[in-house]
Amino acid sequence: MSQPEPMLFALVGNPNCGKTTLFNALTGLRQKVANYPGVTVEKKMGECYSQHGQRFRIIDLPGSYSLNARSPDEAVMRDVLLGRQTGTPRPNRVICVLDAANLERNLYLATQVLELGLPTIVVLNMIDVAEERGWRIDVAKLSQRLGTTVIPAQANSGKGVLELKLAMSAPLVEAPKWQQPALPDAVTAQLASSRNVLVEVGEIHAHSSLLEPLYLINDHDPTHYGIAAEHVAQVKACRERMEKLCPGWEEDFIKARYEIVGDICRESLRRPENEGRTFTDRVDDVLLHPLWGGVALLGVLTLLFYLMFAGAEGPMSWIEGIFGSLGEWVQTVMPEGDLRDLIVDGVIAGVAGVLVFLPQILILFFFIALMEDTGYMARVAFIVDRLMSWVGLNGKSFVPLLSSHACAVPGIMATRGIDSPKDRLITILVAPLAACSARLPVYSLLIAALVTTSEVATWTKVGFMLGLYALGIGGAFFFAWVFKRTLMRSAVSPMILELPVYKKPAWGSVLLQMWERAVIFVKRAGTVILGLTILIWAASTYPKTEGATKSENLANSFAGRAGHAIEPIIKPLGYDWKIGIGLISSFAAREVFVGTMSIVYAVESEDEEDLTPIRDRLREEKWPDGRPIYTPLVCLSLLVFYVFAMQCMSTVAIVRRETNSWCWPLFQVAYMTAAAYLGALLVYQVGSALGY
Amino acid sequence: MSQVLTLAALPAGRAASIQRIVGSGPAVTRLQELGLVAGTSVKVVRRALTGEPLELEIRGSRIALRNAEARCFEVKEVQP
Repeated sequence: MSQPEPMLFALVGNPNCGKTTLFNALTGLRQKVANYPGVTVEKKMGECYSQHGQRFRIIDLPGSYSLNARSPDEAVMRDVLLGRQTGTPRPNRVICVLDAANLERNLYLATQVLELGLPTIVVLNMIDVAEERGWRIDVAKLSQRLGTTVIPAQANSGKGVLELKLAMSAPLVEAPKWQQPALPDAVTAQLASSRNVLVEVGEIHAHSSLLEPLYLINDHDPTHYGIAAEHVAQVKACRERMEKLCPGWEEDFIKARYEIVGDICRESLRRPENEGRTFTDRVDDVLLHPLWGGVALLGVLTLLFYLMFAGAEGPMSWIEGIFGSLGEWVQTVMPEGDLRDLIVDGVIAGVAGVLVFLPQILILFFFIALMEDTGYMARVAFIVDRLMSWVGLNGKSFVPLLSSHACAVPGIMATRGIDSPKDRLITILVAPLAACSARLPVYSLLIAALVTTSEVATWTKVGFMLGLYALGIGGAFFFAWVFKRTLMRSAVSPMILELPVYKKPAWGSVLLQMWERAVIFVKRAGTVILGLTILIWAASTYPKTEGATKSENLANSFAGRAGHAIEPIIKPLGYDWKIGIGLISSFAAREVFVGTMSIVYAVESEDEEDLTPIRDRLREEKWPDGRPIYTPLVCLSLLVFYVFAMQCMSTVAIVRRETNSWCWPLFQVAYMTAAAYLGALLVYQVGSALGY
Repeated sequence: MSQVLTLAALPAGRAASIQRIVGSGPAVTRLQELGLVAGTSVKVVRRALTGEPLELEIRGSRIALRNAEARCFEVKEVQP
């Protein structure tokens, strides 16, 4: 006998209403994240149990301002609630989350959702923020006006979650008794005829209400996600006819809804006579100040980068130590041979080479999650909007670009928040120029080889690192400017940005988010990078030359031959064939460079016990005529190459998916590789000519 | 009759009431959905260094936008 499917709840609400915090509070770690088909909007499903063990499924829908979708995220929410989303059943019940401290605006979406007629529970979240301001909300009155249960809550401290679970397990949640604002007869008639058209072509079901055609013809999402491509023209025609016959109807409709919402607020919300300035106002006086705001932002970013270096140092050396001991231990317990070499030089070295950067990545992800959760991220977009507008983008592109400093994959996925498709594409194209964490190992190694004196080390290294970040950002801006003027000429796209109230961070959510992102990184490291490391170990070991030294063996291996083959091309950049091996192998993932160079040199060393750190090996490396290979100029040339080169298969894959074409990722690989080669060539040739 | 005042010309710290919305398009519609409808009072909280974006207080929430969109909202200044 099969169990009946547990009830499905949809969690809906405005962005910044604390919806995801509530989702985490309800489900804990019982979450599954996937994508909706054909689009990269996250489908977050979770499970929770009532006090009596009843199981529920919850779907966390993207935060939206309206059912009139303006982006694929909002189109997904509309379609799930209307039951038109492929692969997702229509929810049985809805939990509608309101930000109590922003009640009026939040009620706009809430009233739209209530009209859909699904049994709905309203959660009045962030009630603490409203109360601190002296707002008095008459919950009973609100409940009566909306015709639903209303539960005051404070999701970041868990308050109200118990009451919500109790309401969820009620055998009957009544459908809201809610009337939509009256539409003029002409509009209703037009909606009915639009409905007939759309039913006929099969875009909507015959039993749907007038709301489905209403929200479809009000679809402002430029990609028209959720509407069959062959029906878009019909939907647009319906909209045009509507505008012609009832001009201004949409404006009137929005106004009518706000009038009702205003009435509800007047009845249920009492604000003090003289509202003082809020905490957010006082903080923004500084953080959005024309001068101090910029200074504060620079301070935050400097602190972030300082922590990434100073704070991560300890854990990084522990990880190095642990893997070093592990390698030594394996060498003592295993007989000499290829298998032992594979495990020590391939597997252990490969895993260590990636995990050692986990502390830095965790710090970065933690900071980004913290900035998002507290509300500072929106301020960042406000401050940098003008800067971004110089290259034709808006402040919203900054967040994906900033996230790309951790990893281009989540950065590119975050471009979903950009409304204009052209801006989004440009941001995707330039995002991998941001100095992602996968470049850090390469940068750290080369800077260490470059800066030989140990006394000045820390601050000089930080200076070099900042320079590389600046070069990456400068490159991203330059190419964004170029693309905006050539490939994608378009009018400046608008920016509409909400500045939410500052919140105490929900540490659980911040840590969970950091954890989820770190897992993605490690999974990638554990599969793609580890696999490649082993492959490269094999390529630099086989075919074996009988009786040859390790050095000769490497020169004759598959990797050595490939390195030799490209040496003529890379010699003008100052590189030898061994660096060529590194470049080829890191085409799949740039951090592989460090692992490859470790293997290239470790495999080559005559002494089995040679555990000199890789950095010192680089400094000792010489051309056949005895000149050192890693001169400061070559290190610089390599650094510039890695700033611009698109060497990340995961990014190629994600760009393929986000742009839904092979054309853009291939274009991206081509332009970035060309920029890398030319940049490195320029550095080495000009530097050489100047006598460095 | 002087030139019509729009949100784009309203200095920081001033309050106004929205009179009429000119222009259309997804951005203007979305701003209306965020509460910028005729008859609503709105305050320019601050402007960034170069005059934009500007931060608005509207129905208790804070929205930032650029002058290009702000120009679509004709307003009448009121005493805050």
